[in-house]
Amino acid sequence: MASTIRVRAISNGDTTEVQALVQHPMDTGLVKDAQGQTIPPHFIQQLTFEHNGKNVFLANWGPAVSKDPYVKFAFKGANKGDEIKISWVDNKGANDATTAKIQ
Amino acid sequence: MTMRLPIRLASVALAFAVVALAGPSARAADTPDPVADAKAFQKFFKDKFPQLKPDDFVNGPYSMNEDLHRQWEEKEQFPPYEFALEAGKEMFAKPFKNGKTYADCFPNGGIGIRQNYPYFDEKEEGKVITLELALNRCREANGEAPLSYVKDDMASLTAYMAYTSRGKPMDIKVPNDPRALEAYENGKRYFYTRRGQLNFSCATCHVQSPGERIRAEILAPALGILNAMPIYRSEWSGMGTTSRRFTTCNSQIRGVPLSPQDEDYRDLEYFLSYVSNGLPISGPGARP
Amino acid sequence: MRALLLIAGLLFAGSAPALAASEADFKAAFATAEAAEKEAGQLRNQWTTTEAALAAAKKAAAAGDFDQAVSSAKEAEALAKASIFQATSEKERWKDMEIR
Repeated sequence: MASTIRVRAISNGDTTEVQALVQHPMDTGLVKDAQGQTIPPHFIQQLTFEHNGKNVFLANWGPAVSKDPYVKFAFKGANKGDEIKISWVDNKGANDATTAKIQ
Repeated sequence: MTMRLPIRLASVALAFAVVALAGPSARAADTPDPVADAKAFQKFFKDKFPQLKPDDFVNGPYSMNEDLHRQWEEKEQFPPYEFALEAGKEMFAKPFKNGKTYADCFPNGGIGIRQNYPYFDEKEEGKVITLELALNRCREANGEAPLSYVKDDMASLTAYMAYTSRGKPMDIKVPNDPRALEAYENGKRYFYTRRGQLNFSCATCHVQSPGERIRAEILAPALGILNAMPIYRSEWSGMGTTSRRFTTCNSQIRGVPLSPQDEDYRDLEYFLSYVSNGLPISGPGARP
Repeated sequence: MRALLLIAGLLFAGSAPALAASEADFKAAFATAEAAEKEAGQLRNQWTTTEAALAAAKKAAAAGDFDQAVSSAKEAEALAKASIFQATSEKERWKDMEIR
């Protein structure tokens, strides 16, 4: 099955710019379906970006984040060719992870 | 004698009044001239936005506002329609239960043909056929249930087909057939007719006010407005087809929407696509 | 005294609520509104607010509030008639907006 995480990391001088698109319903638990039943909450609780064993970006999310969230950030101390690892865990205990090389 | 003069004057005044009132509605019936219409349509928008390159019009609101444009350029690196596009590619390749595929229903196997839709079916029905209608007919002809015209599955399929046509100029034909010309005119009429309790026509927003705001949204120009279809709309948190936009727009102006592939909507799509001929397909697209 | 009571009684009888709508009133008002909305439908120009007013009228009638039901039905009729006027006048007026 294809990964739920799309990521691109680009080296720009001493800064690395990272973009990621994560496929996830991010249901708030406040919405009702067509039959009037509440759709239970289903959202990513933690999203981490790791480089050299250290977390360079850590997000603690809740239901306020929209469906298929997009993240963009920059960090220092990485070089072209390095690997970053991205992983998430949601409130149902599901998770996914992927790695990407910095271009 | 004194009684008749005032009556005579009154009747003359009434005659003048009737003629004056009859003025605006006594317009001669025009013979449809799509070529002239398209020329005037494109000129109108190019004159209104002289700083834009013709191709810019297909990006709708993003060409109307610098800040929006910057955000959109960033977004295009990781477009929100990516998931739908991949799903569409898979759907398109997957055979039906009877072993046939979508490729069997379309010219060139369905690849790189989106810019030819909608087209007027002269040979059989004498009606406008949209891509979505053709896709569902393909499904039904091969024993599959039709897809909803407004939701994600249909939009994923057309997203993939639009992607294979990216960059190709819109190429809609209005043959010299009175039925085709009538369908074209009907679409044009629909576009300019005010409807709904809010009394808006499509033109109210997309001809009179492109680049301006309606509440928090920036309005797109009508020229090239369908070239980016289908779109991932942040408002919908998902993909949607042209039908989805037509029906939701009707509701927004408090008009009861027609059914998604109603003839009026197909004719409207026909007109709008035709007057944007020459502008590139930019679908699938993303919108606020 | 008796005359006073008699007059008072007549006055009260005269001021009995003359505004309460009956079910028959509602049915008549609703039928008129529905007919107008149907005509708007043939012109393919119904408004969502007309539909909402018709629904509100039905709901009020079901709850026995015929005053409200008649009021909503009359509003629906007015909205439907306005939508008919819009569709009819737009038959020519659309040309005013046309890019030529």
